[in-house]
Amino acid sequence: MIPAAFEYYRPKDLAGVLSILEEHGDDARVMAGGHSLIPMMKLRMAEVPHLIDLQDVDGLHGIDISNGQIRLGAMVTQAEIIDHEGLAAVAPILREAALQIADPQVRYMGTIGGNVANGDPGNDMPGLMQCVNATFHLIGPEGERSVPARAFYEAAYMTAREDEEVLTAVTLPVPDGGYAYEKQKRKIGDYATAAAAVQIVKEDGVCKAASIAMTNLSDTPVFSEDACAALLGTALDDAAVKAAVTAMLGDIDPSEDNRGPVAFKKHVAGVILRRAIERAWSRA
Amino acid sequence: MKDDVTRDERVANLKGMGCSRKRVEDARFTQGKGNYVDDIKLDGMLFGDFVRSPYAHARIKNIDASAAMEVPGVLAVLTAADLEPLGLHWMPTLAGDKQMVLADGKVLFQGQEVAFVVAEDRYAAADGIEAVVVEYEELPVIVDPFEALKTDVVLREDTVQDGKPVDGAHGPRKHHNHIFTWEAGDKDPTEEVIANADVVAEETMYYHRTHPCPLETCGCVASMDKVNGKLTLWGTFQAPHAIRTVVSLISGIEEHNIRVISPDIGGGFGNKVGAYPGYVCSVVASIVTAKPVKWIEDRMDNLMTTAFARDYWMKGRISATKEGKITGLHCHVTADHGGFDACADPTKFPAGFMNICTGSYDIPTAFLEVDGVYTNKAPGGVSYRCSFRVTEAVYFIERMIEVLAIELNMDAAELRRINFIKKEQFPYTAALGWEYDSGDYHTAWDKALKTVDYEGLRAEQARRVEDFKAGKTRKLMGIGLSFFTEIVGAGPVKNCDILGLGMFDSCEIRIHPTGSAIARLGTISQGQGHATTFAQILASEIGLPADSITIEEGDTDTAPYGLGTYGSRSTPVAGAATAMAGRKIRAKAQMIAAYLLEVHDDDVEFDVDRFVVKGAPEKFKTMKDIAFAAYNQAIPGIEPGLEAVSYYDPPNMTYPFGAYVCVMDIDVDTGVPDIRRFYALDDCGTRINPMIIEGQVHGGLTEALAVALGQEIAYDDMGNVKTGTLMDFFLPTAWEVPNYETDYTVTPSPHHPIGAKGVGESPHVGGVPCFSNAVQDAFRAFGNRHTNMPHDHWRIWRTANALGLHD
Amino acid sequence: MSKKMHIKLNVNGKDEEFLAEPRELLIYTLRERLNITGPHIGCETSHCGACTVTINGKSVKSCTMFAAQADGAEITTIEGIGTPDALHPLQEAFKEHHGLQCGYCTPGMITRATKLLEENPNPTEEEIRFGMAGNICRCTGYQNIVKSIQAAAAEMNAAKEAAE
Repeated sequence: MIPAAFEYYRPKDLAGVLSILEEHGDDARVMAGGHSLIPMMKLRMAEVPHLIDLQDVDGLHGIDISNGQIRLGAMVTQAEIIDHEGLAAVAPILREAALQIADPQVRYMGTIGGNVANGDPGNDMPGLMQCVNATFHLIGPEGERSVPARAFYEAAYMTAREDEEVLTAVTLPVPDGGYAYEKQKRKIGDYATAAAAVQIVKEDGVCKAASIAMTNLSDTPVFSEDACAALLGTALDDAAVKAAVTAMLGDIDPSEDNRGPVAFKKHVAGVILRRAIERAWSRA
Repeated sequence: MKDDVTRDERVANLKGMGCSRKRVEDARFTQGKGNYVDDIKLDGMLFGDFVRSPYAHARIKNIDASAAMEVPGVLAVLTAADLEPLGLHWMPTLAGDKQMVLADGKVLFQGQEVAFVVAEDRYAAADGIEAVVVEYEELPVIVDPFEALKTDVVLREDTVQDGKPVDGAHGPRKHHNHIFTWEAGDKDPTEEVIANADVVAEETMYYHRTHPCPLETCGCVASMDKVNGKLTLWGTFQAPHAIRTVVSLISGIEEHNIRVISPDIGGGFGNKVGAYPGYVCSVVASIVTAKPVKWIEDRMDNLMTTAFARDYWMKGRISATKEGKITGLHCHVTADHGGFDACADPTKFPAGFMNICTGSYDIPTAFLEVDGVYTNKAPGGVSYRCSFRVTEAVYFIERMIEVLAIELNMDAAELRRINFIKKEQFPYTAALGWEYDSGDYHTAWDKALKTVDYEGLRAEQARRVEDFKAGKTRKLMGIGLSFFTEIVGAGPVKNCDILGLGMFDSCEIRIHPTGSAIARLGTISQGQGHATTFAQILASEIGLPADSITIEEGDTDTAPYGLGTYGSRSTPVAGAATAMAGRKIRAKAQMIAAYLLEVHDDDVEFDVDRFVVKGAPEKFKTMKDIAFAAYNQAIPGIEPGLEAVSYYDPPNMTYPFGAYVCVMDIDVDTGVPDIRRFYALDDCGTRINPMIIEGQVHGGLTEALAVALGQEIAYDDMGNVKTGTLMDFFLPTAWEVPNYETDYTVTPSPHHPIGAKGVGESPHVGGVPCFSNAVQDAFRAFGNRHTNMPHDHWRIWRTANALGLHD
Repeated sequence: MSKKMHIKLNVNGKDEEFLAEPRELLIYTLRERLNITGPHIGCETSHCGACTVTINGKSVKSCTMFAAQADGAEITTIEGIGTPDALHPLQEAFKEHHGLQCGYCTPGMITRATKLLEENPNPTEEEIRFGMAGNICRCTGYQNIVKSIQAAAAEMNAAKEAAE
């Protein structure tokens, strides 16, 4: 498996990245950890005549937590997310989810930016970022702009990011309440058969806030407002959880693949979501 | 002579049979100094790789390589048209069929080799492949063997003449897409027994297509030295001598001018037995370019084209008395062989040893019929970690037993017990023809059931069912049982050959003057640790320390002819040859010792590492002394030197057996299984190295787990492979695999020189039905009878769903 | 063909400089250019881990990285982990506990395990199984690999204690 030939760039700053993108348009692509893109290039399913490696670009690294906000540079790896004690203290759902992505070697290379930006419905971070209501920061020839994660995904591999834009960072408010990232997969290294990200705030035994998103059950991640609403104000009795699950099942649209047919995926989605809600509630 | 070590110490110093000697191979492997085929680098070496068909069935209208020839570094593009003048566009398969080396007018499966691009490096080869333009005309795709037997679509034009099917290698064809019918046993008596039985259980099961998938793919380096007229071929060959003979027969190069070398092999499991188009094309390319040519498969090539396993549709009927005594067994198999019949079976056995399908049971009457069929899938049919089709046979009978137990409303362990062949019945001739050499099944079974507290497990399972029905749990508990008998060590030359090559094996020993030795064998290790264990056999036989004995395999210029390593045949056949050659050494050593001790030959006897004068153990000559004398002392009537060779044609196969129990919890809502416990008792006869046996059992069970729980080569209706990478082709990681408990009994083979039977494949053969039975047993209380593997999450879920367990 | 790049690596303590096409994968640089053939190719899609090396302190699958990405990096392969006269405790333990059979996964397995034991010097069985899940072995069933890593961890911890 040998990729087609390409030119390689390793700019030091975003201006350098943008000028290459501008010059080569569709023929150029940025690469973070490369663990989605390189296999596709090796299989010659992605042709990238101009490859821009972001590893040296200033300002794309680092985890910052201040004033109730978390900022993850686009080049922050899954391993860094897992190892960051401060992050685990304020947003433990990130570690719980990152540990369920791929395997140790891939987590050393795979980045948050790459995971959210490429639009692969199998990736875990997009759904998680919708759950925690993250914002994606883009920079392009027209300057900087932000897009909420919940408005970023249009279809498989189609996102709000323009071709000449680069995703530079992900920010999110420090999540509140109990959390759970529940994922069913066939083995380590697999994408989810179904995965659910849940954050729930409990006050006096009542659900004050809920945020629910699921992964790999549609051509985009699925944030379900109706599912969240079904839990609000309830004590998460069986009827409320059932209503949330029913709402989510109305929003997902899984397709058949080697993991199984649609009926199975829908059923498992419901089971996984229920478990995630119950675990999050138990931690709330 | 002074002797200050005890006899026990002398035995220990040898590191002979029965001890867990550490492996001598490991020093190089742990330091990254293994030497695998892709590590070979020769001056001027070129790379070859294939243009492969994206279609499963298509006519090739045109191949245009002109753009590829313009790619810098591309030297040649070979097509069938180039090979035809050499008679190499097709090659014989091990099953008596023939296979296209490069697509000759049409393609029969996705990934089929269409053209071979030869380039200066692998980058240029890859670019060259992209630049070859092939014009295809799509043809109707047949992926279902039952449809293949009905359709007018002719897959192989050479099967039809004047509108009628012509005879195949194993007799008449029933249809143009039919390859062979193979029968064993007595048809009419079996039908009669079943018709008159108290109870008959019937079941149809599909043993899905899978793949051995060793971590190292197949590959070779061919180097034609035109100056000396000698071809050297390094490759991932489980049978290097057979490959040399085949290369000689199809290329016309005399066998002495071909040297085949199997370097270290990164796992085989049956994948590396056959001959593949890559080998032929590399040889041709090296002859054409006068340079060494390397061809290494990538993982997708490997999964899609070289050597699938299984793909058997098995229909069974088993009859019994109402007390559960089995009276008859009928089995019909529809075998999907893909586009070419390239099964790696002994010639007379087109369905391998499927006729071991009466299993471990005393079944008086049986009949087996196998129909081989062409489809638009990859060729292969190799024995993936088993002797020829034995995994299929054991799966079949161990499922039929479970189904019969359901029919009889009996405990499946008890049903097995009352039908086992009894110890005193051995040697036992089975209804389908095999003579089982030895066994003590009841002892093994009782030990297994006692160790796992079988009754306790059943009681726990019953409570779990109650809890489930009461809504207290959503997890069911399955108890998987299997008792298997393997048939390994092919084989007696009188009935086992491959392409006419008798399946004996060999060992050649040369003792050095200072009392160390080298032994060479016709086999080749792919991880089994031959360099360690064969030295142990020899150490015990000739009384020199294993650490002083080098074992060499895999170089046809130096090793004696043998048929290689697969079907657990190394220990049964080459191991026997090793012991027999060792005994020849010992016989000569005895004469030398007698001369040195000045007594008659009959007055000395062998004792661990020496010959002693009978009744006077203080008078002795060590084997080291004897080796020195053999070379350095003129002994009247005895020629100098101490060497021996043995070619061993086994009188029979060996029949290892075992008893396995698996305890599994199954999440009914997600279909996720959790293996709580796995107990494996193996009886492989005499145990040469317990550490290595245990390692083989762990590995075989893990491959069994993979196959039973998810590993498949799946096709869509268009013949596209859906499982071409390791994302979708299930190879479990450490995370998905449990710890195994291993145990053993020892029932030596009566006909093998050291009583050993072979073990590498037993855990796979016995493991697959055990895992499958555990899944199916979990649902027995709810009416499950049989569901097909692989039991991946969604299929387990489907079983639960069909039984109404979801709301 | 694209223009060649000037790449510098430090592999097992030795500086290497060469010109390579950008598309040259690191595994081929190591195996074919530098003749470091310990790391192997198993799956080519970053699932099997046979090609695992340590790059700037991280376990990485070198089949899924271009040499150009590694420009300037320090790389350790199995060849840099021990010497014939002084094997790494993991190399000793894999031999002692039958942690390998065909040997093909072993270099990647041991290389990953060195890093695992740095991350977690005292791992439980479960942590070993999770931490080694990026490396596939087809022969051993992992049981003796786990045992080998546990034994090496104990050995290394004892040596560390003795040194303190």
